[in-house]
Amino acid sequence: MRDALHFLRNGKPVRVSDFDPDTTLLDYLRLRERKTGTKEGCNEGDCGACTVAVGRVVDGRLRYEPVNACIQLLGQIDGADVITVDDLAEGEVLHPVQQAMVDEHGSQCGFCTPGIVMSLFTLWHSGRAMDRADVNEFLSGNLCRCTGYRPIADAAIRAGRAKRNDALAKRFAETQKQITKLRNGEDLLVGDENRFFAAPASVPSLAALCAAHPDATILAGSTDVGLWITKQLRDLPKIIHVGRARGFGDIRKSATKLVIGAGATYAEAFDALSAIDPDLRTVLLRLGSRQVRASGTVGGNIANGSPIGDMPPMLIALGASLELNHGGKTRTLKLEDFFIDYGKQDRQPGELVAKIILPLPKAREHFRAYKISKRFDQDISAVMFALNATLSGTRIASARLACGGMAATPKRARHSEAALAGLDLGDEAGWQKAVAALEKDYAPISDMRASADYRMQTVKNLLVKALTELAGEVAGGAAALRVSGSRSGANGEARP
Amino acid sequence: MNLRFKPRKDTETVGRALAHDSARGHVSGRARYIDDMLEPEGCLHLAPGLSPVAAGRIRSMDLSAVRAAPGVVAVLTAKDVPGLNDWSGSFGGDPILAEKEVVFHGQVLFAVVAKTRLEARKAARLAKVEIAETRPLVDVRDGLKSGKTVLDPYTFEKGDPAGKIGRSAQSLDGEIVIGGQEHFYLEGQISMAIPGEAGAMKIHCSTQHPTEIQHLVARTLNIPDAKVYSECRRMGGGFGGKESQGGQWACLAALAAWVTGRPCKLRLDRDDDMAATGKRHDFRTHYSVGFDGKGVVEAVDVSMAARCGYSADLSLGVVDRAMFHADNAYFYPEYRIHTDRVFTNTVSNTAFRGFGGPQGLLFAERLMDHIAIALDEDPLEIRRRNFYRRGRAVTPYGMAVKDNLLEDIVGDLARDCRYQQRRKEVATFNKANRFLKRGIALTPIKFGIAFTLKHLNQAGALVHVYSDGSIQVNHGGTEMGQGLYMKVAQVVAEIFGQDISKVEITATATDKVPNTTPTAASSGSDLNGMAAKNAAVKIRDRMAKLAARLYQGKASEVVFSKGQVKIGSRSVRFEEMAKRCFLERVQLSDTGFFSTPNITWERETKTGNPFLYFAYGAACSEVMIDTLTGETKVVRVDILHDVGASLNPAIDIGQIEGGFVQGMGWLTTEELVFDDKGRLRTHAPSTYKIPSCSDVPEAFNVKLYDYPGKKPPTIFHSKAVGEPPLMLAVSVFSAITHAIASIRPGRLPMLDAPATPEAILRAVDKMN
Repeated sequence: MRDALHFLRNGKPVRVSDFDPDTTLLDYLRLRERKTGTKEGCNEGDCGACTVAVGRVVDGRLRYEPVNACIQLLGQIDGADVITVDDLAEGEVLHPVQQAMVDEHGSQCGFCTPGIVMSLFTLWHSGRAMDRADVNEFLSGNLCRCTGYRPIADAAIRAGRAKRNDALAKRFAETQKQITKLRNGEDLLVGDENRFFAAPASVPSLAALCAAHPDATILAGSTDVGLWITKQLRDLPKIIHVGRARGFGDIRKSATKLVIGAGATYAEAFDALSAIDPDLRTVLLRLGSRQVRASGTVGGNIANGSPIGDMPPMLIALGASLELNHGGKTRTLKLEDFFIDYGKQDRQPGELVAKIILPLPKAREHFRAYKISKRFDQDISAVMFALNATLSGTRIASARLACGGMAATPKRARHSEAALAGLDLGDEAGWQKAVAALEKDYAPISDMRASADYRMQTVKNLLVKALTELAGEVAGGAAALRVSGSRSGANGEARP
Repeated sequence: MNLRFKPRKDTETVGRALAHDSARGHVSGRARYIDDMLEPEGCLHLAPGLSPVAAGRIRSMDLSAVRAAPGVVAVLTAKDVPGLNDWSGSFGGDPILAEKEVVFHGQVLFAVVAKTRLEARKAARLAKVEIAETRPLVDVRDGLKSGKTVLDPYTFEKGDPAGKIGRSAQSLDGEIVIGGQEHFYLEGQISMAIPGEAGAMKIHCSTQHPTEIQHLVARTLNIPDAKVYSECRRMGGGFGGKESQGGQWACLAALAAWVTGRPCKLRLDRDDDMAATGKRHDFRTHYSVGFDGKGVVEAVDVSMAARCGYSADLSLGVVDRAMFHADNAYFYPEYRIHTDRVFTNTVSNTAFRGFGGPQGLLFAERLMDHIAIALDEDPLEIRRRNFYRRGRAVTPYGMAVKDNLLEDIVGDLARDCRYQQRRKEVATFNKANRFLKRGIALTPIKFGIAFTLKHLNQAGALVHVYSDGSIQVNHGGTEMGQGLYMKVAQVVAEIFGQDISKVEITATATDKVPNTTPTAASSGSDLNGMAAKNAAVKIRDRMAKLAARLYQGKASEVVFSKGQVKIGSRSVRFEEMAKRCFLERVQLSDTGFFSTPNITWERETKTGNPFLYFAYGAACSEVMIDTLTGETKVVRVDILHDVGASLNPAIDIGQIEGGFVQGMGWLTTEELVFDDKGRLRTHAPSTYKIPSCSDVPEAFNVKLYDYPGKKPPTIFHSKAVGEPPLMLAVSVFSAITHAIASIRPGRLPMLDAPATPEAILRAVDKMN
């Protein structure tokens, strides 16, 4: 059992044993290290001013992802390399990303700039081309209120032309070796029985520790729990982090199903999930931000029971089930059955969401997912709509339709599903029955994101949209009806 | 976008696209904001205790648990204030700490002072407060109905607009609800107070108005202004949100330092900042208009009701400016422009880039769209027919438009962005598509430059030349990212013919330049650039006089250029000349002062000129909307904007782009939602959505207007640029209106701002 954090700060080994379990990485940097380049803008992981680069070895390769230091807990960075904006310049010589930001006039007030620089730094090291689409993706979690982003995007594109021979590139192999060495399979627990930060190294010891401390907070990406600390000011004396348990985040694909370990981050699961359907990919690219996806886990998004998570409706429509683990004992249930009511899930204290099991859609299954929010990127959905229709020619043999934001839990639209079964896609009048049935399925509420009326009407319209797109697809003519993003590249309605 | 700027022929340093003075500091994390400064030994931290209800009388406040919490050193209440318990810089009515009454949700009831910020925040939640709650007045309608106002109504009126509208060939009336806006400066409100000797107080505050902070701290502590040192090196964004709103936090930090005798810092958490500080006023605007068969306006009658919140703050100037821009670019022969300044139990609304102008201007553009749709004409044609022009050049406040560039700018932009052709393409697209619709709009702006409150149009500067030839400059303007420090440094470098690298920029401080006015109204470089120039010219003239004496020539023939001082064929380095001045006992330091000429506005009589000149611009935006969901995407933007002869084109382009995107946010995704209890529900970036990178179209073409005409009477003939570009985003709103209008020609979409998906879908539904 190890009783201190071991991590790297810009390649240099650091050992920390005296910290409160709920210390954030940002407080560690600003208050303890007195490195004040990294800023606090919102303290909830939405503005990105606190972005730092965190390097981990994934699939045998060292990768750096942007992370919101304000809601990341210090304990989570055990075994990683943390680079902040203070580390990039070599003496008076700026990093190519920094220099490009100066040359393109990419900063005005400068307060978001450190976070932007770090997001672009991770993009710079990602091996991507650094075109505007890449920039949009990597800056989805960085708000700038001054520039209007154009010069920042231009700076990124300019920096993308520079050779990747910065200090990190030079020490890359050495750092990868150091990090690999830090991952030594020892359980980690800093503190005592009553107040600790723990990060077990294996699934059995993780399950055992959670069962032994049912009152502990189970922490995955900290994109939700972080706010309990920074906004609700809750005292979390016992924290069990799932991120070090070997195998807990594994992703396995067979001919018929995809199994995602609950510890897998959205970033890690991105390729496997994106391969299922272009709409799934589009929604994933709009889920949280690059930072949120780098830390947040698919399992956490389910375990926290949010009625407005983007992933559960899509997974339910695709027929996913869950595996839970309680002290080593496992059970499986359908994902839709996990969500009982608002704030209530079918999970015992100390029980872990362990795996998401997703049957792969067959050729006759046609999937559509739409995320509706005030802003395209990094916004919580007013409505999340997902439909998986099994077609037989132009007829819908069966359909699974699930929505978020429409009830106290992510929920299937069983009345509408029944009305869809057997419907011919050419029968536009018949659609209306399935549309009208949604009134029986959902009774949404009004809140700051949207009114109940808007939610209801939009869900109905989204079903019309999905059916219109499917009808077009079957007829072999139409493209997607999207103002942003698209299934096929072309946008517009060449109606059949 | 490839930015290449033609150098100016008349200058060396002015007009160059130099980087922001702190650019290297920004990108490396070395630029220090107040929270980054090394805290003095023993520094304590504050957290405010905020009211959980919007209206009522305080029955009791039990703060014993707060006092007993770990780390707590003191708990401040109204009783602790030695001076005046009011942070208002204008009309009063802004208690630093609540006394008996609560007037909005988020009002400060008490403040905790503790050893750490976290301890202070945790302790602040332990208070037991009993408030006899009353029903709050939340939105503009509630306030209007109650008849409660924070200031008297005010009207511009000419002729018989109601009668004229009745007699016009055509008439229309309408209503538009215009949402407010949160500043969302990335650096929240922050102040650090450090007690000095003999009752003095030093205050570091993120503020657009250090002098007001100085005065407020002095008044709170009941000490003379001269004992307070107020300083601001930089803000992490302001946008008007730190013109008056920094006051309360500075006063609290200073009060805590006064009470404890220790340095004290108050940095608001984001949610508290959004709940407790003022925002852009939201408006409810009714209008009727009479026009001829060509769509030329004959009379307008408009009533604008502004939600001011619980106090007046800057609402007088803000709502006045909505009236000054209710014409935008258009001549109204007869008019009644009326405003109500409505009291509500919500946070006191304040300055925000444009200062009421955008709300007035949005009305004018809605009016043009309404007329055009009613006549089934191209809205751009209707706009042009109503432009100010010779014989139709007097505004509703009596000032003549003499520097009119409307037709030039709009004509150039319409041609360059192929407006007519794209309008046809949009129509074709809309015919072929049932659910997706496109829209395009080209809208102009005309924005008056100067503070409409006359006495604010003054500035001071302090310039030192050191004997090694380096130069230090200080002035009353503050740096919030807009590049003011750099522009003023360029002016000073220009005067001395010295390289910009020799000019050292220093923090705005009330002990260097006193009695300053806020950096606001887009006037920062107009005022401070001129004041700094005046200071520098005084020193340069003395240097020239000495040069003339030493090298036998006329002072008027001495030239300061490229680091040299030249007289006839002689040339000495500036450094050497500075050294000679010292040796010859010539003063190398001076102050400069400037007050804007020709500002003659009298509010009482509604006469005179409120502005020195107008800034112009135009934008063409194209959007696509989804009529099933109300989602919208801005696909292309073209802008042509007038900055006179630019002091720094890179900085100006930055202001234009940034202002446009901020305005786009105001009119699309940024929605302030208050519940019926008066609680702001969108108090964090998770729920309040400012534009992100992907909202900005890749096709975003911004050009500076090549100024051919009469040069403005300003610092190196440049024009103000801070606020006007925000209003270019009205083109996005008009383009969305156009897209919705395509569903049913002849009917005006009932679209309110912001055009969120929900607002768009609502408007779409009303078309069917």
